[in-house]
Amino acid sequence: MHTKSLAELAEGLRNKDFSSEELTRSSLARIKQYDIQLNSFITVAEAPALAQARQADAQLASGKAGPLTGIPIAQKDIFCTEGVRTSCASKMLDNFISPYNATVVQKYNDAGAVMIGKTNMDEFAMGSSNETSFYGAVKNPWDLEAVPGGSSGGSAACVAARLVPAATGTDTGGSIRQPAALCGITGIKPTYGRVSRYGMIAFASSLDQAGAMAGSAEDTAMMLNAMAGFDPKDSTSIEKDVPDYTASLNNDIKGLKIGLPKEYFGEGLDADVAAKIEQAIEEYKKLGAEIVEISLPNSSLSVPVYYVVAPAECSTNLSRFDGVRYGYRCEDPEDLEDLYKRSRGEGFGAEVKRRIMIGTYALSAGYYDAYYLKAQKLRRLISEDFKQAFEKVDVIMGPTAPSTAFKIGEKSDDPITMYLSDIYTIATNLAGLPGMSVPAGFSNSLPVGLQIIGNYFDEARLLNVAHQYQNVTDWHRQIPKGFE
Amino acid sequence: MQWETVIGLEIHTQLATRSKIFSAASTAYGAEANTQACAVDLGLPGVLPVLNAEVVTMAIKFGLAIDATVAPLSVFARKNYFYPDLPKGYQISQMELPIVEHGKLEISLEDGTKKVIGVTRAHLEEDAGKSLHEDFQGMTGIDLNRAGTPLLEIVSEPDMRSAKEAVAYMKKMHSLVRYLGISDGNMQEGSFRCDANVSVRPKGQKEFGTRAELKNINSFRFVERAINIEVERQIDILEAGGKVVQETRLYDANKDETRSMRSKEEAMDYRYFPDPDLLPVEITAEQIETVRQTLPELPEAKKTRFISDYQLSEYDADILTNSRELADYFEDVARQSGETKLSANWVIGELSAMLNKEGKDISVSPVSADMLAGMLIRIKDNTISGKIAKEVFEAMWQGEGDADTIIDNKGLRQISDTGAIEKVLDEIIAANPQQFDQLKGGKDKLMGFFVGQVMKAMGGKANPAQVNELMKKKLA
Amino acid sequence: MSLETDDVKRIAHLARLAIDEADIPGYARNLSNILDLVEQMNSVNTDAVRPMAHPMDAQQRLRPDVVTEVNQREKFLANAPLAEAGLFLVPKVIE
Repeated sequence: MHTKSLAELAEGLRNKDFSSEELTRSSLARIKQYDIQLNSFITVAEAPALAQARQADAQLASGKAGPLTGIPIAQKDIFCTEGVRTSCASKMLDNFISPYNATVVQKYNDAGAVMIGKTNMDEFAMGSSNETSFYGAVKNPWDLEAVPGGSSGGSAACVAARLVPAATGTDTGGSIRQPAALCGITGIKPTYGRVSRYGMIAFASSLDQAGAMAGSAEDTAMMLNAMAGFDPKDSTSIEKDVPDYTASLNNDIKGLKIGLPKEYFGEGLDADVAAKIEQAIEEYKKLGAEIVEISLPNSSLSVPVYYVVAPAECSTNLSRFDGVRYGYRCEDPEDLEDLYKRSRGEGFGAEVKRRIMIGTYALSAGYYDAYYLKAQKLRRLISEDFKQAFEKVDVIMGPTAPSTAFKIGEKSDDPITMYLSDIYTIATNLAGLPGMSVPAGFSNSLPVGLQIIGNYFDEARLLNVAHQYQNVTDWHRQIPKGFE
Repeated sequence: MQWETVIGLEIHTQLATRSKIFSAASTAYGAEANTQACAVDLGLPGVLPVLNAEVVTMAIKFGLAIDATVAPLSVFARKNYFYPDLPKGYQISQMELPIVEHGKLEISLEDGTKKVIGVTRAHLEEDAGKSLHEDFQGMTGIDLNRAGTPLLEIVSEPDMRSAKEAVAYMKKMHSLVRYLGISDGNMQEGSFRCDANVSVRPKGQKEFGTRAELKNINSFRFVERAINIEVERQIDILEAGGKVVQETRLYDANKDETRSMRSKEEAMDYRYFPDPDLLPVEITAEQIETVRQTLPELPEAKKTRFISDYQLSEYDADILTNSRELADYFEDVARQSGETKLSANWVIGELSAMLNKEGKDISVSPVSADMLAGMLIRIKDNTISGKIAKEVFEAMWQGEGDADTIIDNKGLRQISDTGAIEKVLDEIIAANPQQFDQLKGGKDKLMGFFVGQVMKAMGGKANPAQVNELMKKKLA
Repeated sequence: MSLETDDVKRIAHLARLAIDEADIPGYARNLSNILDLVEQMNSVNTDAVRPMAHPMDAQQRLRPDVVTEVNQREKFLANAPLAEAGLFLVPKVIE
């Protein structure tokens, strides 16, 4: 069953080829068998998953099933799941049983999907390699010594290894697209405001956006159908109708104008990765697309801007973790000050503390204008670049990441090098635009991801463009050795 | 040296909404600890704020009432600091773009002069929870029911020059927010409290002196006391050649002193920045107009109307318009009884005295406007005298029924039967021949003696006008 | 921009983070490197640019003033490190 796509599994369930319980058990068995190697799950919710599966079977039997009814999916452990531990991969929340469901989780429950477990991630989504998790690094199924990318590394790895057909992710600076690229799967980060942030533990509120990760554009579209939409509980959620993302997958893309930003093909990009991206562009030409060279002149500033905006927001978003109402509290605090400092000092890992400190510094008296305000202004310039580009083109393409998956430990001592692995993805978050990563071949047996960036609320077009490519390629169908 | 006091007030007033500013939990006061603190109020991981529409409407009302600018675009910001009753580690407030700016409020001083106090700004923010310092295993307990209750923080210009002015301003503001119906103004429950920025400077000097901030004063009396004590303290320091330190101080009512709250080394760095979970609040001109239509008659306008429509003195009109409820009560009594001056006298006199004595609010007065009007009608039609009315009022207050019932039950009806009065009068003249002669001889003071004796003999029920009339006849 | 040991201590205090003395030089180095990266922002003049706090130029939506939350105290207190009599407990706060 694990080789089937989500769309095929949905059809199998409706045709009664197998039950949701069988499918869920098969997924649970694969997790048991393979996750020892990958460490992609923090919590496996076996009993509640089986209960949901049986409910789904009843719904399927009564003919009231939707497209996702009975499909096992994994939730990134950043989403609050009622009654199930929600750790955000931090010691801080190791004991936190969420008393409520995130809107995204509720929507999947309502759609009849089976929540099989919570995936590993970088602690509080801060990282690009999944090495900052309190629960240990996640391994890339294509090379167990390599990172899966981050921060949604667990979701990427478990989908790539076909432990589940699909998973959720969140993307603040590339956290869906970069691990999707490094693990050879398809991932979409929708427009900011397209998916509710309610119940998604905040890292950087003005950048965070939830999205879906799956084996193909079609499966991703089915996932997005269930999670997208306005939420009155999220002030930044946008009141706009959600189209059926599967409906336009087969649209002809003849005449599609693809913009290639010259800044995304310059220094720092691995030559072989560049070659694979160019091959993918050739495929698009064959499909009738028109290539336009464009420029995003301020894109080199996106990493510096991001490393002000994201830490500034995270530094205050994470103040609530103070050992008072939930989460980790240090042993025998001497006084209130000691309780705060040790609970937070011991509960957070090094990278989280680093970012809190950078953000605290950037917002502190005397530095606000030079850092935070300056970054906000540059943020506008960066998004203006995209606005101008989208006057000329329909989508923008380039590499998702500058290289394929690197080795575990290779960059973990040097934050700056690590930060640069998100160099092509960060600008999209600053602008709030939707972006995807689609498998586009292999370099030294490791997957390469093609990034497709769209205009605001143009997810349907992104998925259509990705699907057309996947109709003529089979990179997305490759399964890593040892996980067949 | 002559010193001048400079005072600015920051008033925190809780807005009388049903639900909290950013969550759908109840704001009702007095619930069991933490039963009205929802996921958003507790700052659980992942929760988000959504702004309450009523809070915006109330802020607009307030802005209009103080002639201020209502900002077309205002922004919520995070004020970051750690405290156990502040669940998120930041308070959602407004910093750079508050919802209301540049207003003013006129106050009347005791000597009758008027002064306009500038209102710099008023901004929306969320209240914190409460720390309970009773002993729980030697620890402090945190109740977050109050967390997220909407507050309007009203910041004045440093325009006040004495504690008395500060009290007048605070009272006026208190009356205003209650008039507008945007706050219950309950000071015991903390719905209306203030911080006072106090400094002194040599008279004639232009620059302000260094100020101290007096925190969390929750009564009019304490504001006056705290400011006066702080002014004395600062003058003492300056006259001894010292320097006032800029700091936050707490007024201790028991010891009647102010004391420093935070050491000066620990200067707060709140790291304000726009809250990324909330978008800018847009207020259109149409929206403001719609709210303007719903504004009640404000104290100033009401006072002017009372003076012109009811021919009340400025003093009476001032007292009667002090609170909207009192003004409404008065108007109700005046309309029903048709006696404006009499109504004003009774509401300001007897009724207010009783309410004060029993610490009751006009809204729970045992004597309703209907009842008081009913009694005044009986004074007007000579059924009872003003003196007997006091007895009737007392009985109404005690719950013995309306005026007519009491008059009947107690037989208080005024005697206007000339024959009956004359008979009593003749008896009294007969019993006091000497005094009568003296009166005849021009000792006018004795008039009162005879009238009094008649009233006494008739249990106060004689119509005093008639007694006077008859007396004059006897003397003629 | 280079941060010294004292800067790190000041920031860590502001953020209420206990940092081991031994780790401070490491943090100082890392944080200084990040700030160096961030300094690149100064290469562009932004005097005439309006700051952008949000990707969307949208306005705040308002919620009707209705109470829909019910008491869930026991559920919420279940996650509390220390609670008694319906209260969250912390070491004595001295005013």
